[in-house]
Formats: sequence, structure tokens, C-alpha cells
Amino acid sequence: MKPPAAKPASPSTRAIRVVPSSGPTAWLTSFTAAAMTFLCVFALALSLASGRLADRWSDALARTATIRLSAPAEQVQVQTDAILLVLSTTPGIASYQAIDDDDTRALLEPWFGPDLPIESLPIPRLFEVVEAVPGYDSEGLRNRLTAEAPGAILDDHTRWRRPLAEAAARLRFLGLLSIALIGATMAAMITLAARAALATNIEVIRVLRLVGAKDSYIARAFVRRFTLRAFGGAMVGAAAGLAGVAALPAADAAGGFLTGLGFTGAGWLWPMALPPIAALVAFVATRRAAFQKLRELT
Amino acid sequence: MESTADVPLVKPSRPLSVKETTVIAFENVAYSYSGSELLADVSLRLAPGSFHFLTGPSGSGKSTFLKLAYAELRPTTGRVTLFDRDVTTLSRDDVARTRRRIGIVHQDCRFLDHMTLAANMALPFTVSDRESDPKELDELLGWVGLSHLSGALPPQLSGGERQRAALARAVIVDPDVILADEPTGNVDWEMSLKILTLLVELNRMGKTIVVATHDLNLIRQAKAQVQTRVLRIAKHRVQLAGADL
Ligand SMILES: Nc1ncnc2c1ncn2[C@@H]1O[C@H](COP(=O)(O)OP(=O)(O)OP(=O)(O)O)[C@@H](O)[C@H]1O
Ligand SMILES: [Mg+2]
Repeated sequence: MKPPAAKPASPSTRAIRVVPSSGPTAWLTSFTAAAMTFLCVFALALSLASGRLADRWSDALARTATIRLSAPAEQVQVQTDAILLVLSTTPGIASYQAIDDDDTRALLEPWFGPDLPIESLPIPRLFEVVEAVPGYDSEGLRNRLTAEAPGAILDDHTRWRRPLAEAAARLRFLGLLSIALIGATMAAMITLAARAALATNIEVIRVLRLVGAKDSYIARAFVRRFTLRAFGGAMVGAAAGLAGVAALPAADAAGGFLTGLGFTGAGWLWPMALPPIAALVAFVATRRAAFQKLRELT
Repeated sequence: MESTADVPLVKPSRPLSVKETTVIAFENVAYSYSGSELLADVSLRLAPGSFHFLTGPSGSGKSTFLKLAYAELRPTTGRVTLFDRDVTTLSRDDVARTRRRIGIVHQDCRFLDHMTLAANMALPFTVSDRESDPKELDELLGWVGLSHLSGALPPQLSGGERQRAALARAVIVDPDVILADEPTGNVDWEMSLKILTLLVELNRMGKTIVVATHDLNLIRQAKAQVQTRVLRIAKHRVQLAGADL
């Protein structure tokens, strides 16, 4: 008969116990993970929001273009026909339409009133072009229009759309870069904390080597502890960050650039991925530090 | 296999693998700490089941010799072979595995100070992810007279208690070899004899024993019980001592 063991602990739980818990580095790891995850939530919100913005702007603006035709009266019909011919033979155009006088009048009515003698005014004739997916080659189209209908000007909004979309895309990139930097900083801090813990426990490590512990076993004790601490800290940081983002004013109320800074729909799930990622970063950083340190010992 | 001890403490050792003819061998080994030569031209061969004492003046290199024998130090020149394997060819994991076959009693009896004595005893099992048998642990603690201290932390133990605990920890995993550095340095004569009896008993179980000691009385006492050989370190050399002890 075997007396029952007091408390059967799993091997990994016992592995963690062979190293005494060290106060200051424990605190440092949890705090770093919490703070970095908190920052990460905002960087994530920023890059998701600017990503949405970039998509929306390029989407909405890229789909339609306008052709303006200003020509001497006797040329208008000839060039109109030429433009329609060019459009009908250009690949990448979903639909096009000449805007007739009634529609033009309706467009101008808010500014000039309903009785505008549109026929006698040199108002350019307008064509609306809706781009297909994939789109047309706007430079090619412009060249053909210049050749066939010299009075036609293609306005595809790119001139003022591009900087906006580029700014938004760059903002998204900066957000992602911040996330990477935050991750690297966390890895560096945890590496330092792990090194400090290893140095503090050098005698413990010697004893463990003496009784036949492999490096992987010794590393496990440290790695598990730091991983758990980073995970715990990151949970707190992510929760605080999410609360902060949720407390931002609603998108429609705030308006302007800040419109939609936050998470939408499934975007709320992204911050949930941060604690496991923080744990992974801690795992890799501690493991590397541990094996480096252990190799210095016999 | 004869056994005279009243406590059936140690299970019969697993046999050495057929290939292994030498447990520990030194071939022209020299060792120096940062330049100054401590050991030179040491050649010897410890057969399985042998019992050796290692003597020599303080600072002559007894502990160093034992550290070479459990691969904590690598020889400056020459070759150390453990279980027929050159230590320079051993990976770090190989060293760890080899140490599970070697019970080490360190001169300054290192323990994990944050864990109880019982947990420290079980450590060789713990680090190889094996379960220790609590009954066996109790018996072993009883034999070294530490049952009442199983829940104590190592810093609370006296020098002699630490030494007995270190010996108990060294034998718990049933190693093939026991390397003991001054195992009786801090205990009274009665306890010295008790520790010697344990070592003799382990030797009769087929284990190879090396004991570094200053204590000539202990060596004389051992010679009365078991066939031993005495190695003496003098002038950087390890020599077989004569029968004049
Ligand atoms: N890590 C080290 N670095 C440099 N010198 C060392 C180191 N360890 C031991 N020595 C020196 O090597 C010599 C032998 O040390 P060792 O511990 O092997 O002696 P010993 O025979 O065990 O002595 P004692 O009987 O006092 O335990 C001593 O002079 C010691 O100062
Ligand atoms: Mg010594």
C-alpha cells in the first residue's frame, strides 16, 4: 500500500516550483505586458480605423469619373459622338452616360435657380463614367480622348483622392509599425527581466544541473512563469485599452478625422488576440534568454 | 549479492550495460585554473563496483578531481571518460543524463533554499519528470536521521544535517556511481560511521564509490569493512597510496 501523495502536482507545475518566485522582476514583467498591451490596443484602433478610411476613400472615389466637354457649338455633337465611341471601346468601364440638359439643369439648379437658359450658356457637357473591376487605364483613356475629342477633359478625382488615401494608408502603416515596436520593446524588457531572474537564481540553476536537470527543464521553470505573468498583465492591459476605446465619443457625434477611431464589428476581436501574442513574445524572449544563460554554465 | 545492513535501503543497481567496462577513466589528464597547474598527468581507471578514497592536503585538488569526474570541469589536456564516453563528446543534455547515474555529494551541500528538505530530496526525480516514492523518501530520511526535519527548509539545518541530507539526495535515484566530497566533514564520529556504513552498503550493491576525505580514521574504519583503495594527490599527481594507513 502506497500512502497517497499529499498533492499530486503536474510535472510542469513542479518545474515552476523549483525556481523561487522573484518579486521585482515578476512585477516588472506584468506591468510591462499590461502597459504595452494597453498602448497596442490604441495603435490597433488607429491602424484599423485609418485602414477603413483609406479603403472607403479610395473605394468611393475611384468608382466614378467625369468627362467634361467644352467645345465650340458646332463641334459639340461631333465630339460627343467621338467620346461615346471611345468609351464604348475602352475596357474596364462598367457603364457610362452622357448627362443631358435636363440633368445638367437639375445639377445647377441649387446655385442658379430653375430658369437657367442652359442652351445659350457655354456650359460644358458632362459624361459620367463608372469604373469596372478591374478598372480602366486612365492615362490611356485620357490620351485617346485628347486625340478623338480635343475638348474633352477626364476628371477621375485621382489628383485629390490620392493624397488622402495615401495619408490614410500611411497612418495605417504607422499604426502597424507602432504595434511592432511595442512588441519589440516588450520582448526586450521581458528579456532583461528574465536575465535578471536567471542571474538571481544562478545557485538554484547550479543545484538543478548537479542533480541532472536538462537545460530545457530549467528553462521551462522560467519560461512558464514569465509567460503566465505576461499573459496576465496583457489581459489587464487589453481590458483597460478596450474600455478606453469604448469610452471614445461615438463616431457620428465626433465627426472629422476622428470619425470611426475605434473598432467595428469583428474588429473588437483583434484586441483579444493581444494577450496570447504577448504570452508568445514572453515565451520566445524568456526561452532565448534562458538558453543563452545556461550555455554559460557547465 | 550479500547484504548485511539491517535497513533494506537500496534496491539492487541496474547492471551496467554490457559494453561499459570502466565507470570513470582519466588518461593523462591535466587541469589548471587560469594558468596555474593543479593536476598533471593523471591516469587512472575506476572499475565498476570499486571503492576509492581520495586524500591530499587542503587545496591539492580533491574537489577539482571530482568535478572533472562529473563533467562540471573539462580537462585542460588529456581525456576523461564517463561510462566509456569521452566527456568532450557529451552534449549538455548528455551531461544531464549522465549525472542521473552519478550521485554527487557536493562539499558545500547545495540545496534549493526555498523548498522543504523532502522536496529537495525528491529533486533528482523531479527534474527528470519522474515520481518519487514517498515511502522510499521517508525511509531514506529516517536512515539519515532527518525524518523530523522533512518539512524544514535547508537554511534551518545544521552543517551535519545538511551533509546527511546531501548524501540522501545523492543516493535517492539509485545511481551507478557516488562521488562524495567530504561527506563526513561536519558530523560527529558516530554519524561518520553511519554514513560510512551507508557507503559500504551501497558499494556492496555494486555501486562505484569515490570519497574525498581528510579523515584517515574513516579510511581505516572502511578498510576493515570493505576492499578499498586510497588515491592520494601530491605534487599535482594522483598516486595510489601504500598500505601504511
Ligand atoms: N573556480 C576556481 N577558480 C580558480 N581557482 C580555483 C577554483 N576552484 C578551486 N581553485 C583552486 O584550486 C585549488 C584546489 O581546489 P580544490 O577545491 O580542488 O581543493 P581541495 O583539495 O578540494 O581542498 P579542500 O580539502 O580544502 O576541499 C585551490 O588552491 C583553489 O584555490
Ligand atoms: Mg574540496
